[in-house]
Amino acid sequence: MNLKLKIWRQPNKEAKGKFEVYEVEATPEMSFLEMLDVLNDQIIEEKGNPIAFEHDCREGICGTCSMVINGQPHGPMGLTTTCQLHMRHFKDGDTIVIEPFRATAFPVLKDLVVDRDSFDRIIQSGGFVSVGTGQAPDGNSILIEQEVAKDAFDAASCIGCGACVAACPNASAMLFVSAKVAHLAYLPQGQVEASKRVKRMVHQMDREGFGNCSNTYACEAECPKGISVENIAKMNREYFSSVIGSQKK
Amino acid sequence: MSWITNFLTSSLGKKLIMSLTGLFLIVFLVVHLSGNLQLLYDDNGVAFNSYAHFMTTNGLITFLSYGLYALILLHAIQGMVIAWSNRKGRSVNYKVGNTKSNTFASRHMALLGLLVFFFLAVHMGDFWYKMKFTDQLMLVPVQGMDVEVKDLYARVDAAFAVWWLVAIYILGLIALALHLWHGFQSAFQTLGLNHKKYTPVIKGLGMIYSILIPAGFAVIPLYFFFIK
Amino acid sequence: MIKLDAKIPEGSLAEKWKKYKSSIDLVAPNNKRKLEVIVVGTGLAGASAAASLAELGYKVKAFTFHDSPRRAHSIAAQGGINAAKNYQNDGDSVYRLFYDTIKGGDYRSREANVYRLAEVSANIIDQCVAQGVPFAREYGGTLDNRSFGGVQVSRTFYARGQTGQQLLIGAYQALSRQVSLGNVEMYNRHEMLDLVMVENKARGIVTRNLLTGELKSHAAHCVVLATGGYGNVYYLSTNAMNCNVSAAWRAARRGAAMANPCFCQIHPTCIPVSGTYQSKLTLMSESLRNDGRVWVPKKMEDVEAIREGSKKPTDIPEDDRDYYLERKYPAFGNLVPRDVASRAAKDVCDEGRGVNKTGLAVYLDFEDAIHRYGKAEAYSAGKDSEDGELVRKLGTKVVEAKYGNLFEIYEKITGDNPYVTPMRIYPAIHYTMGGLWVDYNLETTLPGLFCIGEANFSDHGANRLGASALMQGLADGYFVLPYTIGSFLSKEIKTPAITDDSSEFKRVIEEVKTRLENLLAVKGDRSVDSFHRELGLIIWDYCGMSRNEEGLKKGRKLLKELKKEFYSNVFVPGEMNEYNPELEKASRVADFFELGELMIVDALHREESCGGHFREESQTEDNEAKRDDENYTYVAAWEWKGEEEPLLHKEPLEFENVELKTRSYK
Repeated sequence: MNLKLKIWRQPNKEAKGKFEVYEVEATPEMSFLEMLDVLNDQIIEEKGNPIAFEHDCREGICGTCSMVINGQPHGPMGLTTTCQLHMRHFKDGDTIVIEPFRATAFPVLKDLVVDRDSFDRIIQSGGFVSVGTGQAPDGNSILIEQEVAKDAFDAASCIGCGACVAACPNASAMLFVSAKVAHLAYLPQGQVEASKRVKRMVHQMDREGFGNCSNTYACEAECPKGISVENIAKMNREYFSSVIGSQKK
Repeated sequence: MSWITNFLTSSLGKKLIMSLTGLFLIVFLVVHLSGNLQLLYDDNGVAFNSYAHFMTTNGLITFLSYGLYALILLHAIQGMVIAWSNRKGRSVNYKVGNTKSNTFASRHMALLGLLVFFFLAVHMGDFWYKMKFTDQLMLVPVQGMDVEVKDLYARVDAAFAVWWLVAIYILGLIALALHLWHGFQSAFQTLGLNHKKYTPVIKGLGMIYSILIPAGFAVIPLYFFFIK
Repeated sequence: MIKLDAKIPEGSLAEKWKKYKSSIDLVAPNNKRKLEVIVVGTGLAGASAAASLAELGYKVKAFTFHDSPRRAHSIAAQGGINAAKNYQNDGDSVYRLFYDTIKGGDYRSREANVYRLAEVSANIIDQCVAQGVPFAREYGGTLDNRSFGGVQVSRTFYARGQTGQQLLIGAYQALSRQVSLGNVEMYNRHEMLDLVMVENKARGIVTRNLLTGELKSHAAHCVVLATGGYGNVYYLSTNAMNCNVSAAWRAARRGAAMANPCFCQIHPTCIPVSGTYQSKLTLMSESLRNDGRVWVPKKMEDVEAIREGSKKPTDIPEDDRDYYLERKYPAFGNLVPRDVASRAAKDVCDEGRGVNKTGLAVYLDFEDAIHRYGKAEAYSAGKDSEDGELVRKLGTKVVEAKYGNLFEIYEKITGDNPYVTPMRIYPAIHYTMGGLWVDYNLETTLPGLFCIGEANFSDHGANRLGASALMQGLADGYFVLPYTIGSFLSKEIKTPAITDDSSEFKRVIEEVKTRLENLLAVKGDRSVDSFHRELGLIIWDYCGMSRNEEGLKKGRKLLKELKKEFYSNVFVPGEMNEYNPELEKASRVADFFELGELMIVDALHREESCGGHFREESQTEDNEAKRDDENYTYVAAWEWKGEEEPLLHKEPLEFENVELKTRSYK
């Protein structure tokens, strides 16, 4: 199949980028990234500068891929990361527009590569349980209802790719932040610090320059792991009770 | 008290203000509509005019109405501020927009809100301002009352004979309907009320509300224009 | 000259670790603050070690080439993590886990290390639960277990099919906490390109900032490598695209011994290669072989018809199918161990009977299972068990309940519906048991250089059991290294802070710079990937599932020729001082060439078959692997000598607690 690709090229963080048009011959069995590999091989053959895009596990779990395909983060297939998207979902002669994730808090570093350090800083602000190695009681001394473990797992399955931010009209990071807040708040181990955690994480998120949430739910629709916006509601509850309900000023 | 300012200026605090003021306005719309439907009585405005008189002269109502105006302004200004700062969340826009993953209404809340606000300005300029601050309205006696009241009914009748004013009302109400279509359930989500059992009910109610209430309002100008 | 001293403590097996732990020299808290540790890699082993060392009070610098520590490939592990908790009351014990691991490793691992691993396994589960890892739970709220390949007890803890992800995120969060407390300095997007030795002690590393290309040295009192395995030497593997051997290999070049490099694990059930541009292989859980039947057509004309697309697998009549595992191994059938299943698939494909375009695939067929389950369902529901359509429907439901998520992954990648047409599978590399040689302290032959996780030659001998990789990574990082590192650092308390302004650091930076500049300067005509692909094929063909002397020698020759061409004809675009993934790849592939050669040398010298290493010369009459305990019960630790032949050092393996037996599945 013959494809026309319009790809964002930007040499570095400071430079102004622009779209460039490429043509590539792909087969339906290829993954989207393999199609880009082929294109890069082509570019290298002509001694050009290959397109920079980030990727690693190529099995949909590491969360490294960060591109928007025809307006949708990770492309047109639901619950699928770019690396698991295959070319059989495109047609011969299609034009595909490929852009990097766009958000002020995710500056473009080169071509399709963006900087997602803001996510790390949000986790560092409180997305953990303060338990040192060796301090843990026996695993079965903490009983957790199966349903609760399931809800915690659903929230914890976030891969930190940032598609929620990329999809949100406001570039809000609420789904990412709430997934971590909810994961830990569901579990008894995490409840001890829940109040402090949610305050610190929300304030760090605000500092990073993400937009605010306006409940469009585009994040949930585009999340390759199907993280639910119920987590955002949970985070809101946690936050309000931690500020309004607590004795601390 | 710094925790309050910290809270109210945080992203979630700002959202909470939008949610609470929005819910208040949702309740107000019901009250407002139930009063205004008296315009449809075929009594030459007796019921409506005495209702209007009561609403503009009763001290408690007047007091509450200023609270209402303040909340409308708060909702509108806060909404604009959030919308403005949200634009800064993405400095470069996508070449290809994404319309698949969310609704038109949810994407354009600020625009719809702005339209509703302009509509509100027209609406209040035409009726509220003229009623409260001018002598343009005729005084009419009302059965059972010992004072003459301003004939707002006649003003409504006159206004809704003008086709373009009716058109503005209809468009304004469509914007309101869309604004509510998203806003109703969104307010609950912001409050943290997302529940496997109850959220579908809230969403259903929101849809019914956002169609019925604006439709109820729309009946009035249409009634005056076409039937009366 | 390398001298191997495993430093195994005295005493009975069960007492060794306990006693040793309480006798390792300690570092006082005020001194810990002055001691710096570099941890390279932030997967399960690296992140857990960095966090634990920081908690103890050491000053830690952690490095990852990813944009975030959370992306390490530990994240992709699916099945679970073993621990001798005996929560199921099924007779599990530390000894049993120890024994299973030794036996599973085909008696090529160190007793004392494996026993310690089994001992600390229980602590890992406790630690992870406390961190908030959402393990699967029973209705009563207790932790759930499942059983895993080749073991008779249920000791595997799991979090759906994403156990690795959940454990890694737990470790990442522990690490993030230490970063926020200022105890760990985190360097994202920094790749270690060399090790710096000062006065014969590992004192630092040289990194390249992958964004800016800047080369920089970092100094510390000691260095910990947690940089994963080298499966990507095969180009196509289940490893992530960026997994590489460079950090470990650079240490080997500086004098660290590399142990058992030819021990690689090949997983029989992966989604096969579909075209030449395939970049990566995806694992399908081994559990599928419980219900799937493996076959290829008997007749060549059917094979060709299938490849052309004129016949579908469902068109091949039963009599024309070769269920070769059931034919060759009637006792175990489709459930033979991983290495045997892999080799058998290779054999039939070598005969030309592979069932996809590339000729490298066999069928894994669920038709029988669907039929069998469907009949039983229909029968027990009192419905007509002769109604073909109904049986199919009911059977499909059962299969879906068991393997639904795997079938979905398969369909996503291949576009085929495995409920209707049989899956196509082929073996693929997915774990490397070999790695840097370490003693009981996890210290390499270079003083002050420690190595943990998959990067070391570890506890798995010649073959790793399922759900043991996560266990080893976390054991090393949380519960072993934080103690044993004291054996080195306790002697360093008087050493002032190491700075990187000594001549050694400057020299190494220069060396790295020259190396990269040389790669950029070749300006040839072939892309790095094309070399990597070809290298991978050579290793796969001659040092893959089965090896023989002639092939290995040929492979080595081909590899050397390719290496020569690489240095004269590779094209690396871009500049040194910019974000340049092609340069990163080139530098990694250059190291893979040398490691690949060492793998061949190791495979050539080990004239026995054991675990993942199958030498065709060493097999029984019925083609079973034949171990040679008399001559090869040792760890082969290689000293790299550059252009000269690598030098072999042997660490004899002494088994005092288990009896060496032939692994039998007859």
